[in-house]
Amino acid sequence: MSRKMSGASSLVQSLESAGVDVMFGIPGGAILPAYDPIFDSSIRHILVRHEQGAGHAATGYAQVTGRVGVCIATSGPGATNLVTPLADAAMDSVPLVAITGQVPSAAIGTDAFQEADIRGITMPFTKHNYLITDPNDIPRAIAEAFYIAGTGRPGPVLVDIAKDALQKETDFVWPSQLSLPGYHPQLEPENQAIKDAAALIAQSSKPVLYVGGGVIKANASKELMQLAELVGAPVVTTLMALGSFPDSHPQHFGMPGMHGTVGAVTALQKADLLITLGARFDDRVTGKLSTFAVNAKVIHADIDPAEIGKNRFADVPVVGDLKHTISALIPAIKAEFAKGRADLAPWLASMNKLRATYPLGYDAPKDGSLSPQYVIERISALTGPEAIYVAGVGQHQMWAAQFVKYENPRTWLNSGGLGTMGYAVPAAMGAKVGAPDATVWAIDGDGCFQMTNQELVTCALNNIPIKVAIINNESLGMVRQWQTLFYEGRYSNTNLESKRVPDFVKLADAMGCVGLTCDRPEDVDAIIKKANAINDQPVVVDFRVFRDAMVWPMVAAGTSNDDIKIAREMAPDWDSQEL
Amino acid sequence: MSTHTLSVLVENSPGVLARVAGLFSRRAYNIDSLAVGPTENPDISRMTIVINVESHSLEQVIRQLDKLVNVIHIAELKLSDSVQAELLLVKISATSKNRFDVDAVLDTYGAAIVDEDADSMTIEATGDAAKISDLLNALERFGIRELAQSGLVAIERGSGSLADRTLSTQSIPTADSGQADYQN
Repeated sequence: MSRKMSGASSLVQSLESAGVDVMFGIPGGAILPAYDPIFDSSIRHILVRHEQGAGHAATGYAQVTGRVGVCIATSGPGATNLVTPLADAAMDSVPLVAITGQVPSAAIGTDAFQEADIRGITMPFTKHNYLITDPNDIPRAIAEAFYIAGTGRPGPVLVDIAKDALQKETDFVWPSQLSLPGYHPQLEPENQAIKDAAALIAQSSKPVLYVGGGVIKANASKELMQLAELVGAPVVTTLMALGSFPDSHPQHFGMPGMHGTVGAVTALQKADLLITLGARFDDRVTGKLSTFAVNAKVIHADIDPAEIGKNRFADVPVVGDLKHTISALIPAIKAEFAKGRADLAPWLASMNKLRATYPLGYDAPKDGSLSPQYVIERISALTGPEAIYVAGVGQHQMWAAQFVKYENPRTWLNSGGLGTMGYAVPAAMGAKVGAPDATVWAIDGDGCFQMTNQELVTCALNNIPIKVAIINNESLGMVRQWQTLFYEGRYSNTNLESKRVPDFVKLADAMGCVGLTCDRPEDVDAIIKKANAINDQPVVVDFRVFRDAMVWPMVAAGTSNDDIKIAREMAPDWDSQEL
Repeated sequence: MSTHTLSVLVENSPGVLARVAGLFSRRAYNIDSLAVGPTENPDISRMTIVINVESHSLEQVIRQLDKLVNVIHIAELKLSDSVQAELLLVKISATSKNRFDVDAVLDTYGAAIVDEDADSMTIEATGDAAKISDLLNALERFGIRELAQSGLVAIERGSGSLADRTLSTQSIPTADSGQADYQN
């Protein structure tokens, strides 16, 4: 079936056909023709205040729903403002489609007004991208973009469309078939790999499940639970995997990595087998790679074959969708166990003892001021594990990873790979749009908040009542922590003075939000309850916290995980542990 | 450090060279040479890439390359299983006096004069890297004024064809319900 219409209408029809229900964007010259049919479309368009906000909002929406997030912008600066969220989505494997207007095809390459080669700019961090100059190509490009973004290892796809292609008349035909000869994600793992993995698991006396964000992308939490309980091994969940396995489960050892728990970091270090599921041996997890888990064999299951062997050799590579992979592993392991398996008891005993000896913790500030960890702990306790928590990047992000209790997948959003300050407010907005019935708390830093808070205006005007906790230590806190530890306390350009300026309560008020402030431990619960009770407006709470709080444990960048510190110059007492 | 010749079939679409070159650049892979040209199928181009693998395994390079949506197939062509050739155009100083000596060199290497004037001549030769290098050494004494050299191109020996084996294009059905079908 084909119908005559403008390229712009064809674009909007294509987005509707692809199942889009919401998109975030800002119009401008080159994309203007598309905004006319958007006016009549069933798709909800949310007018943001900065294109970066559109991109992170689409990411928040995608991370919460598992669907493809959509953002739209004009050419030139509109498009370049999407660069950061696209790079962010690429690093964290988020399915996004970004639509950008481009100058008319005859003007491409002439340095025309608002021209930028956004296809060229985004090649390194999109899964694929398009420049469309013929309106007849629009439906196929959109159909391919959604397919590529949402399948295999998810990622962002950009479709740049020249203005004249939007204006010209075309036949709209939604393709019934796609032909992508170079794109075949492998979903089913190979039988031999599953058998080999099961055999290694049965032989292992010190296994660990090293779980990454891929488990969440694959919606494989149920399967993970079955696998974990079958194997009985400690489970560590990376920053991107928090919530994929319940924090409350007795086998959960917490987060590994630079600010991971002693239990999780050490379990990986001392393991004889890493059962790696959708994780990528990032430097923030491995520390100095040559000293990482030196005695462990590695089973590496991932949907992206290029991740296997990239940083760490895999004894058993398993390429496939994790839902399929884990489902295939379970009966294979049962068959191996029926023949016999190694005894895990000594390993579990020593790891459980270690975990009990070194739980996460913090000292209350001696001056009676507000502890940032306490604030985050109370938000979690009073709001519960059904809520969605979204962090920016820095100390508050690590504390939110450590002190919020996660029980469910897709309830923890953060910028893990790219480390994008300013992610929280717009991503929380997108999350709330994707899950309108959930309470959404952005746990943000005062530095991050000042990068993207303008999207609170979008939230206020569009009935998107998110809650923002500013963990205000008037500093670029993580940088300040490194200056404390590695630059003799020389605090070059990390003092933001944000307890003086801006006045966050007034700022919140000016943006149509409720502004609250809190600087005493005894007021924390009442303020959080008050914020939780407001559901018709966004709420911003300025938690004015102790400035010198630090994130512990810590593995300093470039050092071995064996050198983990639980406080400044304080290593765990390894001699008292039998590992 | 080892050198490998990759034959890469790509969709003949705009930007594909930039995608491949950009991948090599951003992942710090070393390219010795790259040659792009059409194939028997107008929708497909062939890139012949000679890479020097040091810190990255060949496998990793191939897997990253394979992630590009426009890349259809990658094969490593071993020297023993393929015919490999570069094209050389070289302009040397030559006059009627040393013409005889030049001819002797050209005969040895199967090279031909494709242009000449009073004090120079341009020679065309094809062959593998060793042959081209030897020819250049032999011509050096006449004085090399300018040279242009192509990247290596290579093709599998025997009757087989990469395209025949790999282009069983699968069609992916789309659905009215759109993205719902794309998720798990």
